[in-house]
Amino acid sequence: MKEIYKKVEKFERINKEEGLRLLADGDFLKLGELANRIRFKKHPKREVTFILDTNINYTNVCSIKCSFCAFYRDKGADDAYTLSIDELVLKVKEAELKGVETALIQGGLNDDIPYDYYIDMVRELSKSNVHVHAFSPPEIDLMGKISGKSIKEVFEDLKNAGLNTMPGGGAEILSERVRKKISPKKIDSDRWIDIMREAHKQNIKTTATMMFGHIENEEDIVEHLSRIRKLQDETKGFSAFIAWDFKKENNKLGKMVSKNTTGIDYLRLLAFSRIFLDNFDNIQASWASQGQDVGEVALHFGANDMGSMLVEENVMRQAGFRASSSVNAIAQLIKKAGFQPVLRTTKYEKIKYL
Amino acid sequence: MSLSVVEEKINAGEPLNFNDAKTVLESNNLIKIGEIARRVKFKKSSNKVYFVLNKHINYTNICVSKCKFCAFYRNGDEKDAYIMSVDEIVDEIAKVPKGIKEVHIVGGLHPTKDFSYYIDMIKAIRENFPDIDIKAFTAVEIDYFSKISTMSYSEVLKSLKDAGLNSMPGGGAEVFSQRVREKLYPNKIPYEKWSEVHKIAHSYGIPTNATLLFGHIETDDEIINHLLKLRNLQDESKGFLCFIPLSFHPDNTPLGLTIKKVDAVRELKILALSRLVLNNFPHIKAYWVMLSPKIGQIGLHFGADDIDGTIDVERITHAAGAKSPLGMAKDNMIHLIKNAGFVPIERDALYNELEIFQ
Repeated sequence: MKEIYKKVEKFERINKEEGLRLLADGDFLKLGELANRIRFKKHPKREVTFILDTNINYTNVCSIKCSFCAFYRDKGADDAYTLSIDELVLKVKEAELKGVETALIQGGLNDDIPYDYYIDMVRELSKSNVHVHAFSPPEIDLMGKISGKSIKEVFEDLKNAGLNTMPGGGAEILSERVRKKISPKKIDSDRWIDIMREAHKQNIKTTATMMFGHIENEEDIVEHLSRIRKLQDETKGFSAFIAWDFKKENNKLGKMVSKNTTGIDYLRLLAFSRIFLDNFDNIQASWASQGQDVGEVALHFGANDMGSMLVEENVMRQAGFRASSSVNAIAQLIKKAGFQPVLRTTKYEKIKYL
Repeated sequence: MSLSVVEEKINAGEPLNFNDAKTVLESNNLIKIGEIARRVKFKKSSNKVYFVLNKHINYTNICVSKCKFCAFYRNGDEKDAYIMSVDEIVDEIAKVPKGIKEVHIVGGLHPTKDFSYYIDMIKAIRENFPDIDIKAFTAVEIDYFSKISTMSYSEVLKSLKDAGLNSMPGGGAEVFSQRVREKLYPNKIPYEKWSEVHKIAHSYGIPTNATLLFGHIETDDEIINHLLKLRNLQDESKGFLCFIPLSFHPDNTPLGLTIKKVDAVRELKILALSRLVLNNFPHIKAYWVMLSPKIGQIGLHFGADDIDGTIDVERITHAAGAKSPLGMAKDNMIHLIKNAGFVPIERDALYNELEIFQ
């Protein structure tokens, strides 16, 4: 283990076997220390960035029914919905009034939505001052299927309409053993990687995510990180890595998982991802999934970004105050952790020192 | 000053002074602070982390002290003001599933109850539950009993010990600062009296704990002086078992409008600082009720070797807005400790090791 520590201290890349040992048996505080070394090499300033954004889900109808999901509905369900382009435009306008930088837009895989809907959505929403950060590889795959177009052509159309960044969702765990159990109808790992490769080729920057804390083991996690590290070597198209822990309520998978993820599980994984993903610039602390306390501590375990300050989409004008006070709350948290808070764009350009 | 000076002293087994403690608090290197504190923890208790199957009893919420940081107290005429009879207390302990090893008893300073109530309470618990450790009454309550009974501290403590009390909690210390005391708890006893009660308890073979309430209006200097006072006191009387830093919960208190709950990085720093300064205290507790189970667990890597207990129903911190559960199952407690990489040890109030969970 000491040799692995030394390798990391010299900023050398560790391989999968070394990664597996480090993740399984590395000392908790040592992982934090090593992750911090890399964090400060990449970002020497004591600054932590975050973004003010809104999360819009254009439909909750989804045909692939992943076992970890509490959001999807069947087509005929009473509370099934699909928003019209006009409704989406209105939502983004509301967000714009609140000073939101980016709209993160994702939806279920709804076979009834025509291809033009996606293209029109991007075109119309891109007319606002809010950056459109939309879709994920499973949605791109669906767009290809319904249009008969190649992934390359789908991205060309989306790009022409105004898309230039895409979230990294739908990755879950890029290990077939796990995917077959938790999301058998979702695109496989190879397809996810291929779609990301094409996005990066067309200069559409994306993030990479991982959902852990269910039935995966440490080998699956290392496999996941190894695959995105390899693609990043090839394309340099990932802007950040974000891990969040699986939430057990209201879904089938929750019944198969007995223990909740602990703060230590999360911080170990976060630090490990900072160490292993040596070619990623940014690692986000997921305060939204871990709570503000663990989110704050995560800034000492290798994270250089606090992720999103989500503005609630359904809160109207009075939310202006709420939004700004929440921005303050996150900024205060970053300050208390000993860092300078900085608002950023989706492309990690720094906008404002707070 | 840098942490390396602190580290050298700790490695050499030398006590930290005021300036060393200040260096720790002013450092941004949270991981390093934790690592040094954890080294001390390993020396004291190797890879063990203690927990206890316990039950909290708060016999009354009626209190004449009316501290400004407290959301628990009532004046007496409110609908939710209460005082438990001795029978009710015995019943409540009997209701807890078998196996608890410690009952932790603290309450308000009740305006009318005689000292005999407290003696009867301890006697009845001792008679009904001969094997349970009775950890009861803070120094503040002991001082109050002395007033209402016109007995000396020694006489009060001796009567309680004879009735069956065998250890005392560390509450009521708050921050040993005259400035803070005048502002937030002017009716509460000062350090001189708090320490006198603990010294006498120790001389009677009653071990006690000590606490610090932080995250309100206190300064770094006041925290450090508090810890140094406790270290000196322990050098003298040697009866402290455990130190517990308590993070202030402001909700429903008069301070709640202006003060937010202290952040987690600060909590971990204070925990580590306690382990580093209080070199003569056997144990440091990451009290999960106040820290939350998540931060409490992380605290085990910042010098703590104890996570407190199952509690059953916690009332005081929850009156002030604590988001943690009211109690914790034994299995969950064992899981948190193992998941952090330590060996769970079930203990009693006196830190006798009852069971090891490998």
